[in-house]
Amino acid sequence: MNVQSNSYTFIYSSIIVIVVATLLALAATALKPAQDRNVEIEKKQNILSSVRVNSTRENVQKLYDQYITDSYTINNKGDKIKGIDPFTINLREEIKKPQKKRNLPVFECIINDSAFLIIPVYGKGLWGPVWGYVSLVKEKPSRADSAIYIPYKKIYGAIFDHKGETPGLGAEINQPFFQIPFRNKAIFNDKGRFISIKVVKGGADPSSLNEVDAISGGTITSKGVQAMLDTCLISYQTYFKSSKK
Amino acid sequence: MASKNLKLLTNPLNNENPITVQVLGICSALAVTVQVKPALIMAISVTVVTGFSNLIIASIRNTIPPRIRIIVQLVVIAALVIIVDQLLKAYVYDVSKKLSVFVGLIITNCIIMGRLEAFAMANKPWESFIDGIGNGFGYGLILVIVSVFRELLGSGSLLGYQLIPESLYQLGYKDNGMMILPPMALITVGILIWIQRSKNRKLIER
Repeated sequence: MNVQSNSYTFIYSSIIVIVVATLLALAATALKPAQDRNVEIEKKQNILSSVRVNSTRENVQKLYDQYITDSYTINNKGDKIKGIDPFTINLREEIKKPQKKRNLPVFECIINDSAFLIIPVYGKGLWGPVWGYVSLVKEKPSRADSAIYIPYKKIYGAIFDHKGETPGLGAEINQPFFQIPFRNKAIFNDKGRFISIKVVKGGADPSSLNEVDAISGGTITSKGVQAMLDTCLISYQTYFKSSKK
Repeated sequence: MASKNLKLLTNPLNNENPITVQVLGICSALAVTVQVKPALIMAISVTVVTGFSNLIIASIRNTIPPRIRIIVQLVVIAALVIIVDQLLKAYVYDVSKKLSVFVGLIITNCIIMGRLEAFAMANKPWESFIDGIGNGFGYGLILVIVSVFRELLGSGSLLGYQLIPESLYQLGYKDNGMMILPPMALITVGILIWIQRSKNRKLIER
């Protein structure tokens, strides 16, 4: 057969496209359930590690059922919306909407009589999406303190991850040295205004209310984390302030 | 193994090294050598892909229409990488997460296409497979050497373990932030090429 001829070239390319497409489609559909399960397990592990609970792939379901007491969807006024599963909300779509229309997932967690809210966050890094989970601890009102009482004001734990940030630079946002400084930072100031968290270049003051260190060489990713926390958490501010729960 | 085949395996480590002699795959050598671990993962993935894409292309080399051979090669590489990625995602999720950024880099790695075009299109499957593995090793070797320098001098650690003692930092030693940035990878590769050519004068172009 003449491999140089036009008809051969056309037939050859059609066959190779069909064979490869079939292989890829088979691989994608056959492996989808296993992949989805991995994603679900990872999400639950992430939710738990934001309240400083370490889990393995094996015990994650048990721990999740034990600590996560409730989960629901709210709007930006803090009212619950029925019929939307908070676990499957696609945050990428939600953050594009105006604040009033967003469906906001909330996970409630109780560990040793302390109550926590876990909020998923989603934003843009340098090369692709970054996301994470932030947990806020409920504080009791103290009389001596003249500051305005906000029950969920303090971050208890935060974890972040990314799709494709630069290894060794922006990718370090999933490392403890970046995440641990977020603990005990406040997202409201003493006057009750939402201030979110700021990443600071060249050394954050440890005593500061809401500043953490950025990553050297990973400035755009660090700024992305800052913007992500701001855009995502701001919609919840009414909910955090109200002490309904 | 026949001595000819052994040569296919060992030549790319030195005299025919894909990075320092053929100057292929420089782009990923700059991107993934900040730390040793991603460099190792990348080296293993590229070795697997060069080996098997060489094998596949060499087996069908006589049927490929010459005018669309590059496209056929690219289709084979891309399909191979994506199928492997899907398998990893389903069964070894942790590894797949570490690889995420590299998957695209593997498909576009010039070494793979370079070897397909230069070797697999003209040789038998088994020899091509060995050539692919050899070139993967040669690529990996340079990647690891460069990343050892960059991680040690840039972060003071190797594979994530702190090697430079705390006492040295207290004496005023500082990690070289330049090493983390891509230009230093290029300079390190340049120094390697220099050392190699001063030892092996045959490689110097007239």
